[in-house]
Amino acid sequence: MAYKTIIGLEIHSELMTNSKIFCNCTTEFGGDVNTHCCPVCLGLPGALPVINKKVVEYGIKAGLAFNSKIARETKMDRKNYFYPDLVKGYQISQDDIPLCSGGFVEIEKKDGPKKIRIRRIHIEEDTGKSLHSEDGGSLLDYNRSGVPLIEIVTEPDMNSPEEAKEFLEKLKATLEYIEVSDVKMEEGSLRCDVNINVVDEDTGKKTSISELKNLNSFRAVVKALEYEEKRHISLLKEGKENLKETRRWDEVNNETIVMRIKEGAADYRYFPEPDLIKLEIEEEWIEDIKSNLPELPHDKKERFMKEYDLPEYDAGVLTQSKALAAFYEETVEYSKDPKQVSNWVMGDVLRRINDEELGIKDLKFTPKDLGDLLELIEEGKISNNIGKKVLRDMFDTGKSPNKIVKEKGLIQISDEGALKEIVEKVIEKNEQSVIDYKDGKDRALGFLVGQVMKETRGKANPQLANKLILEIIDEK
Amino acid sequence: MDLINLSATELKRKILNKEISSKEVVECYLNRIEEVEDKIDAFITLNKDEALKAAEKVDRKIQNGEKVGMLAGIPIAIKDNISTKGLKTTCGSKMLENYIPPYDATVIENIRKEDGIIIGKTNMDEFAMGSSTETSYFKTTKNPYDLNMVPGGSSGGSAAAVAACDVPLALGSETGGSIRQPSSFCGVVGIKPTYGLVSRYGVVSYASSLDQVGPFAKNVEDAALLLNVLAGYDNKDSTSIFREKVDYTKGLIEDIKGMKIGLPKEYFTEYVDEKVKAQVLEAVEVLKDLGAEVEEISLPHTEYALACYYIIANGEASSNLSRFDGVNFGYRSAEYSNLEELYTNSRSEGFGEEVKRRIMVGTYVLSSGYYDAYYRKAQEVRTLIKNDFDKTFEKYDIILAPTSPILPFNIGEKIDDPLAMYMSDILTVSVNLAGACALSVPCGYVDGLPVGLQVIGNEFEEEKILKLAYNYEKNRGIDMKIPSLRSEENGL
Repeated sequence: MAYKTIIGLEIHSELMTNSKIFCNCTTEFGGDVNTHCCPVCLGLPGALPVINKKVVEYGIKAGLAFNSKIARETKMDRKNYFYPDLVKGYQISQDDIPLCSGGFVEIEKKDGPKKIRIRRIHIEEDTGKSLHSEDGGSLLDYNRSGVPLIEIVTEPDMNSPEEAKEFLEKLKATLEYIEVSDVKMEEGSLRCDVNINVVDEDTGKKTSISELKNLNSFRAVVKALEYEEKRHISLLKEGKENLKETRRWDEVNNETIVMRIKEGAADYRYFPEPDLIKLEIEEEWIEDIKSNLPELPHDKKERFMKEYDLPEYDAGVLTQSKALAAFYEETVEYSKDPKQVSNWVMGDVLRRINDEELGIKDLKFTPKDLGDLLELIEEGKISNNIGKKVLRDMFDTGKSPNKIVKEKGLIQISDEGALKEIVEKVIEKNEQSVIDYKDGKDRALGFLVGQVMKETRGKANPQLANKLILEIIDEK
Repeated sequence: MDLINLSATELKRKILNKEISSKEVVECYLNRIEEVEDKIDAFITLNKDEALKAAEKVDRKIQNGEKVGMLAGIPIAIKDNISTKGLKTTCGSKMLENYIPPYDATVIENIRKEDGIIIGKTNMDEFAMGSSTETSYFKTTKNPYDLNMVPGGSSGGSAAAVAACDVPLALGSETGGSIRQPSSFCGVVGIKPTYGLVSRYGVVSYASSLDQVGPFAKNVEDAALLLNVLAGYDNKDSTSIFREKVDYTKGLIEDIKGMKIGLPKEYFTEYVDEKVKAQVLEAVEVLKDLGAEVEEISLPHTEYALACYYIIANGEASSNLSRFDGVNFGYRSAEYSNLEELYTNSRSEGFGEEVKRRIMVGTYVLSSGYYDAYYRKAQEVRTLIKNDFDKTFEKYDIILAPTSPILPFNIGEKIDDPLAMYMSDILTVSVNLAGACALSVPCGYVDGLPVGLQVIGNEFEEEKILKLAYNYEKNRGIDMKIPSLRSEENGL
């Protein structure tokens, strides 16, 4: 039997404008509770919203980056519902005329690229946050109330958890590239709800859609989807029917739990927000935003492949984030070998960054420092292994590679005369190895080179050591 | 010299000439309020100490020869749905019984900037929903001409306060006639400015697309003076419209010869009291004598206005009043064991009957499945009504009509019959739907009760309606009565 998984996503991304969507309060994350508030974002009686033009601009930017059509005439609407974190009893959002409609994101598949269609992108205000106190009561923090959001809704075009992850990574990179959101899932500036169901392609039977919430990382998205995919398939196998419901991902027990059954669509009683006027968007403005869009991840990747002659994989990894791509490009300026730079950035640099959960901006050394280090290796002044040690030092201290090499006396011994003495000493001490080598045990040569490296505390030029050992053995 | 009988313009002149001090004026009015308030019940909150302090400040300015604002020390009463920093703003509701706004509405900022003295907050129908002030949680304001009668509403407190000489000026707000109708009932002048002329920032919303703040005064010139202070673009209100500043007192004395006036036949139907009609037609004769050209016209969609109004106003209100949920401010029920009960009980106990009725109607008309049939349809009708006005104003300068189809009615007479109460708005709601401007100016008495002449102008043509009203006022030839402050029936 063939099962087809159908996944659609709804992503909320906070826009990093300086001020909130309808007032002048700061959008800064954190801050003492209820300090980034005013009558407008607290929904005090009589206070009125005024739309922040930057929010519309960022929304358009996102739309253009995802190939959407920008509405020339749009409006804000009220979405009415009661919840303590919603100060006015309605959220100012967009209903029937979103700022951006249509569009797509391309993800890479083994058999070529696949388009995930975007249904719509609209702008809206964020709500406050409920905090639960120890005595069981609820407290409310409205610092986030009125922070601008875009909501991105996809078509149900993803057919596996892996595709959903790919899509999210692309989406995240793009939002970061165009600098409209800082896309931090852990701070809640990127939030993702997922819809999933499964179709039995032989019988045409399908399960009812489950909506998943509380997905706080891409990993959680994938794990929750994997769990649900299995659950839906077994429902089909067992011939069971499920209800349309909202489920919560439980990260501790690695399972989804029913939050509520959806009986018909909720009635939000949308109507045009009468406190705001229609938004008329000039073609010129859209063109202006378009012409100022930065290079997008896909274009940058193609360029990296061409300009630096990198394999597709390298180019893909390096362009995942704008900061990483910029770091790479700057490093290349100080080095002769772009592929070598890519190896180091993708390898030791990225590994350490990921291990310590750092950002590129947290690095203590500059791209020039890394370039200089690679040049030291390239010129044979230090070995690859010493290079790795120096890099570790650079991570810790931020000192330049030249300084580290000098301070620690790490310059490679490439002087034949000096090295020959050491080699002779090593051979004298390890006669058995010489005999072994002559008996055809090649491993013995490696051992001798290792001994030379040990004597020189890694500073010997290994190729030279190798050559000298062979010469001396031959003479014997 | 009895200060309370002077107009705001006269008071201002005397204060600026140092004939009297602002403090004397404020004290005098505070005394008057003390004297008559138990009969009228116009105020919910008085601002005595602050008012006196503010008056002293203005007096110091004058003593020091500093420039003083347009309202130079004149006392003003404020409808209690307009936010005043540090001063309770209840909207006539139990829901906001103890709510003290941390900020001033823009119109209040303007008044303070122009050295007006805020003397207190006036009674109103709860959340401005009503036509009699009887839906106020706190009290029913009485009509100064007959204490058994309602003063109209929803800005009944402000209208009665001006009529009873508690203040020379007051602020009201309109959604469907809440300034004009009480003006008519209380024999004072009240203006409903063009939508967008006066900032709504800080005015507790009833129906956002209709609400507008306006002045009450004893005469047209005073109303124009206060409108000068209220009008103006505000970047805190997206629906506020940028226009050059106008001095509305300036063109009042120009004559009205050749002004073209339309009398809409739909405003003189059998629903209008014959005596009211007669009084208004007498006023029309006065205007003809002054050189105005009067013709009968038609506003064909008038019959749909009331239904259209109640759908749109209630739809918006149901959403605007959602914030009163017992969570952040306002009344919270003492009885609840979960969130839903907190909401339900707080709102059930905190809102009065009329407010709940309108929230329910409004919720219904916005519901999915009914939205198209009601709210959207009403918006379409609204466009037709606006077109009626637009077409008329291509040919005519002014539309004249009675303000209210009926005379002031008895307290308790209509409160249990919502539809009868709503009918008292039939001649005013169209103007709000069209966004035009209008005023009510007293045009005599029937059975000892005041009648208002409604003067309607095109959008942003306040100068025209003021000029016409001023000319009428100067030539109406009616002996204006001072309200008796008595219950006429039992002669108390």
